[in-house]
Amino acid sequence: MTTMTKQAETPPPSAGDPYLTVDDLHVRFSTEDGVVQAVNGLSFGLERGRTLGIVGESGSGKSVTNLTVLGLHNPTTTEVTGSIELDGQELIGASEKKLEGLRGHKMAMIFQDPLTALSPYYTIGRQIAEPYRKHLGASKKEAHARATEMLHKVGIPNPKLRVNDYPHQFSGGMRQRAMIAMALVCNPDLLIADEPTTALDVTVQAQILDLLRDLQQEFGSAIVFITHDLGVIANMADDIMVMYGGRAVERGTAREVLRSPQHPYTWGLLSSMPRLGGDVNAQLRPIEGTPPSLLNPPPGCPFHPRCDFQDEVTGASCVRDQPKLPDGRAAACHLTAEQKRTFFIEQIKPRLG
Amino acid sequence: MSDELTVTEPEISSVSTGEPLMEVEGLVKHFPIKGGFPIKRTVGHVQAVDGIDLTVHEGESFGLVGESGCGKSTTGRLLTRLLEPTKGKISYRGQDITHANRRQLKPVRSDIQMIFQDPYSSLNPRMTVGSIIGDPMDVNGINPAGGRENRVRELLETVGLNPEHYNRFPHEFSGGQRQRIGVARALALEPRIIVADEPVSALDVSIQAQVVNLLQQVQRELGIAFLFIAHDLAVVRHFSQRLAVMYLGKVVEVGDRESIYNRPRHPYTHALLSAVPEATLDEDADDDQRQRIRLAGDVPSPIDPPSGCRFRTRCWKAQEKCATEEPPLVQIAGNAEGHLTACHFPEEGTISAKGAEDIVMDEALAAMEGSEPADAPKVTDASKG
Amino acid sequence: MFRFIIRRSLGAFVILLLISAFTFFMFFAIPQDPALLACGKNCGPEALELIHKNMGLDKPVPEQYFEFMKGIVAGRDFSVGHCDAPCFGISFDDQRNVWDTIIDRLPLTVSLTVGGLVVFLAIGIGAGMIAARKKGTLTDKSVSSLSLVFSSMQIYFLGPIMLGLLVYSTGWMDSPKYVPISEDPIGWAVGLLIPWFVMALIFTAQYTRMSRSTLIEQMQEDHVRTAKAKGMSKRYVFYRYAWRGSLTPIVTILGIDLGSLLGGAIVTEQTFSLAGLGQLVIDSTNNKDLPMTMGVMLISAAFILLLNIIVDVVYGFIDPRVRLA
Repeated sequence: MTTMTKQAETPPPSAGDPYLTVDDLHVRFSTEDGVVQAVNGLSFGLERGRTLGIVGESGSGKSVTNLTVLGLHNPTTTEVTGSIELDGQELIGASEKKLEGLRGHKMAMIFQDPLTALSPYYTIGRQIAEPYRKHLGASKKEAHARATEMLHKVGIPNPKLRVNDYPHQFSGGMRQRAMIAMALVCNPDLLIADEPTTALDVTVQAQILDLLRDLQQEFGSAIVFITHDLGVIANMADDIMVMYGGRAVERGTAREVLRSPQHPYTWGLLSSMPRLGGDVNAQLRPIEGTPPSLLNPPPGCPFHPRCDFQDEVTGASCVRDQPKLPDGRAAACHLTAEQKRTFFIEQIKPRLG
Repeated sequence: MSDELTVTEPEISSVSTGEPLMEVEGLVKHFPIKGGFPIKRTVGHVQAVDGIDLTVHEGESFGLVGESGCGKSTTGRLLTRLLEPTKGKISYRGQDITHANRRQLKPVRSDIQMIFQDPYSSLNPRMTVGSIIGDPMDVNGINPAGGRENRVRELLETVGLNPEHYNRFPHEFSGGQRQRIGVARALALEPRIIVADEPVSALDVSIQAQVVNLLQQVQRELGIAFLFIAHDLAVVRHFSQRLAVMYLGKVVEVGDRESIYNRPRHPYTHALLSAVPEATLDEDADDDQRQRIRLAGDVPSPIDPPSGCRFRTRCWKAQEKCATEEPPLVQIAGNAEGHLTACHFPEEGTISAKGAEDIVMDEALAAMEGSEPADAPKVTDASKG
Repeated sequence: MFRFIIRRSLGAFVILLLISAFTFFMFFAIPQDPALLACGKNCGPEALELIHKNMGLDKPVPEQYFEFMKGIVAGRDFSVGHCDAPCFGISFDDQRNVWDTIIDRLPLTVSLTVGGLVVFLAIGIGAGMIAARKKGTLTDKSVSSLSLVFSSMQIYFLGPIMLGLLVYSTGWMDSPKYVPISEDPIGWAVGLLIPWFVMALIFTAQYTRMSRSTLIEQMQEDHVRTAKAKGMSKRYVFYRYAWRGSLTPIVTILGIDLGSLLGGAIVTEQTFSLAGLGQLVIDSTNNKDLPMTMGVMLISAAFILLLNIIVDVVYGFIDPRVRLA
């Protein structure tokens, strides 16, 4: 049976160096309205075989970060500083040619909407075969055979026939499977999945999540899984990073973040979503206000304008100082460790039902 | 803001006992497909909604769930008469409005309002908030006591927006605020029922909760009934007292919240509930005990739906009978009052797994386990032309 | 695909029938007797009667129409001899078989139209591609403004200027002339080069603009981003993904332009004194030459309809989603 136990259950002590290391990443782009500070001082590492879930709402910088890792940002309007290392190679400032050699080969991406992310003009088989030919120098025939094999691997029935179909002849779920086949065709060591199931129905989403988990077992890739859905992340991730306003605000293993979250924003996310097992008469507790403007971010902690707990912090640190995110299991918040624990247990946990 | 929402303590047993407000019988909507050779003609129909019965009571929130293409949005549009039904009967407070014309509908129009999914495209970008909310009153000849403008400002306040923003344009608001404008527009005519078509699915999680709370406040304080159409089962469970599960144009199960979520009988409802990912990691939470069902492939085409029970091509319990005989939507023995299920071989009324054996119907998973999918249900082409 | 072509051809046939009927009956609505022109200055009633009879104008109009249409399919007998199918009758003006005259003139007009089309598509799409790749630069702006300048000119203005420049003052080229392609393909192309370019320059502008803007749009598409994420090179992504997507709207406006293209060819013929269908249509209308008018109208309509069907087939070729539609 395919009930994959999540790696989070027994977090293996990190033996090797992380495959992907992002260090103090800043991404800014200039727009007509001013400079958007999309990502501010983001650092994380990820090993092969593990899944990092990045949670955040629109504008949290989660997608921008990952487009930057692949170097898909617009170089003329975007300013990137910091460091992104893939298997020890620095990607920021790397030549376009070098990046082209890595994209689709060592690092691949799955996008949210498989309908628009696949070209309507070429067959599924051709689109899967393209990176295989480019990166591994395979012949047309070999690449076609490989595309068929990949379609079989991702569970497309009749792969020999369907390989010659166009994307519009596939259903939404099958398109996302084809997209996954395309990303994995060169056995990449890093797979970035940007909201891969958001556009799909729940039963199809469950299929795709199972598939991704099983393929990871087989291929051993590192996966960055971006989503806004905490339920999905609980199913997929070993580690979780919560992003808000272009910064990481909380980090830890999936179990740590979901069972004993430390950041008020994470608390807010958890208490604002209804659960199948929750009390139907309990009110949802939304996070009031709206996400911060990235053109003109608030001083101090980016979450402070929406935070219920800033009065608990002595002085005006929340308004003045940007809280740091220490290494390891941590949250970027001025509350003391003691406060974080008591507030969660006394005020937040009862709400989660 | 949640503090401002002085919500009256909700009754524990909130199953509506109110009068039937909207009743739907045998509602059918078929969209013709043109084709043929050499002269184009109607060659088939997309059977979007194919004979459903529903009743929404006064003041209750009735949920309509299902996956894309199940006909839930079409149903919403039929009820608001944005679409013309092919067959069946829609009555509003006992009055047949199935084929009512513009003039006959006029008194009813303001009673039945709609909230749309996309807060960006459903508001006219060239109109101010004031006229978006106020113009419907004009059209329907409603003259509130303090004047229209005052009423609009009042409504803005009700939905949690600043009344000073009367003269602003939609692009000056965020997604969540726009959805609030949509709610205010619907409220402007003092409706008795609001058809809300996926009103929160385009919003961020934290904003979703704000809008759900607002809708709940509106439902409870103003006593407005809701037909709440959504694909998110957790949101529907939170918001609706009764609900119907749709699959391929049919209602497969209907009942009150407690009964459907805790004692579902239809295999499709089971599959849907089991597919919802939950953000709980506690061992003792029911997450781990929940049955794990993975449906194979995709929903068949509504142009040529399967005979008999429409779910049978993806159902693990399907037998001969399911192909030949369409299961009626009836109250099965052991079901609570008003809990109807359309299934020949219903599941037991529990959501926990029965044993070690999970139900995995996915060819991909089967293939990866080394065994070829033997005679797994056929995956139907989704090429809908 | 086959079914599609059959269906479209049937549609085209119906349109041609309507055009023929409309043209025929409109002709008789004009209060001038074509026989009078043929009769000359000293025309008595008897002579006129005779000419009417010879021309077949003595019969009721619907019957004349039926005779005419029958002739196209089955051929007709005239006092001067038999006229094989497809018979468009005998010209009132020069007494020649209309079909023979059209066959003489048609190749020039087709050469002008199709050649001009190829030239302006090549220039338009090419210039649009350059502008899109160099978006925002001086090259982009020069291409855009230059195409605008040419598009605001007229054939009868640009034509003589080009003639004066390239033929009369510098002598770099000979005056435009028509050599059948079967005799001398190079001579054919060289002879029509100036008219082609004059026509093309005027049509090019909107293709340049369309090609530029859709390419820029396409570069933002998700599937183009996917192609980049696969590690495909910039060039590859531009030509195989973005460019492919930009063709559909271009083909759409091409379909709309086909009618005016033929009009452009007629003005071009006039400007460069080339004897094509253009001269014929003007003369025949002035001379009340019914068979000739009908012939030219139907043939040019058939030509445009044929191009339209080709455009639609090309559509399916570009975009698999509209195949077998």
